[in-house]
Amino acid sequence: MRAPDNPVAAKQDVLLAVDNVSLGFGGVKALSDVSFDIRKGEIRAIIGPNGAGKTSMLNCINGFYYPTEGQITFKGVKRPKMRPYLAARGGIARTFQNVALFKSMSTLDNIMAGRSLKMHANFFWQLFRHGPAMKEEAAHRRVVEDIIDFLEIQHIRKTPVGRLPYGLQKRVELGRALAMEPELLLLDEPMAGMNLEEKEDMSRFIFEVNQQFGTTIALIEHDMGVVMDLSDRVVVLEYGRKIADGTPDEVKRDQRVIDAYLGVAH
Amino acid sequence: MDILYKIFVEPFLFMVEAPDLLIQTLWEGLVSGVLYALIALGFVLIFKASGVFNFAQGIMVVFSALILVGLYEKGVPAFLALLLAIGAMLVLAVAVERVVLRPLVNQPDIILFMATFGLTYFLIGLGELIFGGNPKEMITSALFLPQGTTELEMFGGLVRFQHLDIAAAVIASIMIGVLAVFFSKTRIGRALRAVADSHKAALSVGISLNQIWVIVWFAAGIVALVAGIMWGARSGVSFSLQIIALKALPVLILGGFTSIPGAIIGGLIIGVGEKLGEFYWGPLVGGGIETWLAYVIALLFLLYRPQGLFGEKIIERI
Repeated sequence: MRAPDNPVAAKQDVLLAVDNVSLGFGGVKALSDVSFDIRKGEIRAIIGPNGAGKTSMLNCINGFYYPTEGQITFKGVKRPKMRPYLAARGGIARTFQNVALFKSMSTLDNIMAGRSLKMHANFFWQLFRHGPAMKEEAAHRRVVEDIIDFLEIQHIRKTPVGRLPYGLQKRVELGRALAMEPELLLLDEPMAGMNLEEKEDMSRFIFEVNQQFGTTIALIEHDMGVVMDLSDRVVVLEYGRKIADGTPDEVKRDQRVIDAYLGVAH
Repeated sequence: MDILYKIFVEPFLFMVEAPDLLIQTLWEGLVSGVLYALIALGFVLIFKASGVFNFAQGIMVVFSALILVGLYEKGVPAFLALLLAIGAMLVLAVAVERVVLRPLVNQPDIILFMATFGLTYFLIGLGELIFGGNPKEMITSALFLPQGTTELEMFGGLVRFQHLDIAAAVIASIMIGVLAVFFSKTRIGRALRAVADSHKAALSVGISLNQIWVIVWFAAGIVALVAGIMWGARSGVSFSLQIIALKALPVLILGGFTSIPGAIIGGLIIGVGEKLGEFYWGPLVGGGIETWLAYVIALLFLLYRPQGLFGEKIIERI
C-alpha cells in the first residue's frame, strides 16, 4: 500500500494540496471549502453525482479556473494566479470529458504537439530542418513512437483524429497527455461512453502508466467498479462539498456516500 | 453564332498567332498573382491561428508601407526606416493581442470580425494623422530594388520583363516558402496549427495562446509590409491601396481559408485569369473586366468546392 499511515511521512509525499478551495460563478457555488491532497505516485479518484463539481475541481488544478477562495499548493509551492499553459509547464497534463483534440492533425502530430514544451532547438535550425533541430526532432519522435506502441494505436498513426471513433480519440488524447511526461496526470472521465472491452483497455493503460512511469494520476470516473479497482484513495464530492475521503473500502462503507449515490430513505 | 465564335474560338486563335503577347500576359498575370498570394497569406496566417477573418489586413499593408515611406521622408535612412517599420508591426501585434483579442477571447467569430473593422478605421485615422493623406512614392531605389526592364526576343516578338516585377516574384516566393516550412516543420508552426484546431487542448499541452497570437499577427504584419513595398512600388502608397486587399477574398475562396499552398495557387489562378480575361475577352464588352472577373471565378468555385481547392475538409462525426 502506498498510502502510509504515518501522517508526517504522508505530508512529505504530497504532490498537490488543495486547501479550502471555493469557486463561484456569480451566485452559483461550484465548490465550497474543499480540501484534499494528492500524494506522489498514487492514483486518486474524484467521484460524485452529476454536478458535484468534479470537473470544476480539475479545472482549478489545471489553471482553467482560479479558485475564488483557498489555494492550491503544487510541489510544495503555493501557486499564484494560474494560467493553463503555466500549469502545463509545471508538469500537469490532462484529458477532457468531451475529448479536445486537434481534429485535422494526424494522431502522430497530436501526440507530437504534446512534446511542444520539451522542444528547445533554435527556431532557425528547425526552419531548415538541419543540425541540432533534426537530432532533437528525431529524439522526440522516438518518445512519441514509444507512446504510440504503448497505447497500441500504430494503425492510426497517420489518420486525422477527427475521423477516428470516440474510443480511439480518447486514447490519442491520453497519448498526448503522456507525451508531456507529466508529474501529475488529470483524467476527466477517461472511460465515458466506452464499451466493456475499451474500458478494460483504458484501465490497463492507466494502471500501467502509474506502475511503469510512476506518474501520479487524478481521475474522475463514474464507473464505480473501475474506480474501486484502480484507485488508491478516493475523494467524494456532492453539491460542491467534500463528503468523504479515504481508501476505496472506507468510502464504500461511508453512510453519506451511500446516501449521496442511492438517496436517503424518507 | 458570331458571338460564340468571338468567345470560344477567336481568343484562342489569337493566342496561337501571337505567342509573344500570350507570354507577356501570362507573366504579368503571374506577377500580380504572386502578390495577391502574398496578401492572401496574411489573411490565412491569422485565420488559421485565431479563426478571425482579419478585415484590417488591407490597411496593415498600407499602414506598414506608410511608416516606411513616411519615416524616410522625415530623414530616417531607408534601412533604419525598414527596421522601424518591422518594429512597428511588432508593436501593433502586441497591441492587438492585448487590447483586441484578449478581452474578446471566447466571443463568437463575428464579434472578432467586427473588431477588425474597428481596427481598420483606427489605423486609417492614425496613418492620416501621422503621415497625412497624400499618396506617396515608394522609396524603390533607396531600398536597392532593381528598376528598368529586360526585353527578350521570343516567338517573333519582344517580351518585356520589368526588373521590379522579377524582384517582387522572387521575394514573394522566398517569403511564401519560408512561411510554408515554418508552418509545417517547426515547433511553433505545429503549435499554430494546434491552436487553430482547439484552444482548450492547446492550452492544456502548454501552448500560450497570447504568445501565439502575437507571433501570427507579427508574421501577418511582416507579410503586409512586404506586400506594401511591392504594391507601393507599382502603384504608389496611398489609402486606396487597401482595396487590393479585397482581391485576396476571391483568392481565399479559391484556395481555402486555411491553406498556404491554397493561397499561392489561388493567387496565381486569379492573377493569370484576370490578365488573360482582360486581354483576350475584355474587348468584347469594352474592357474593364479585370476588376470583377476574380469575383466571378470565385463565385463559380464556391458552387462546386465550398471549402476551396485545398481547404481542410469539414470532418464532423455525428
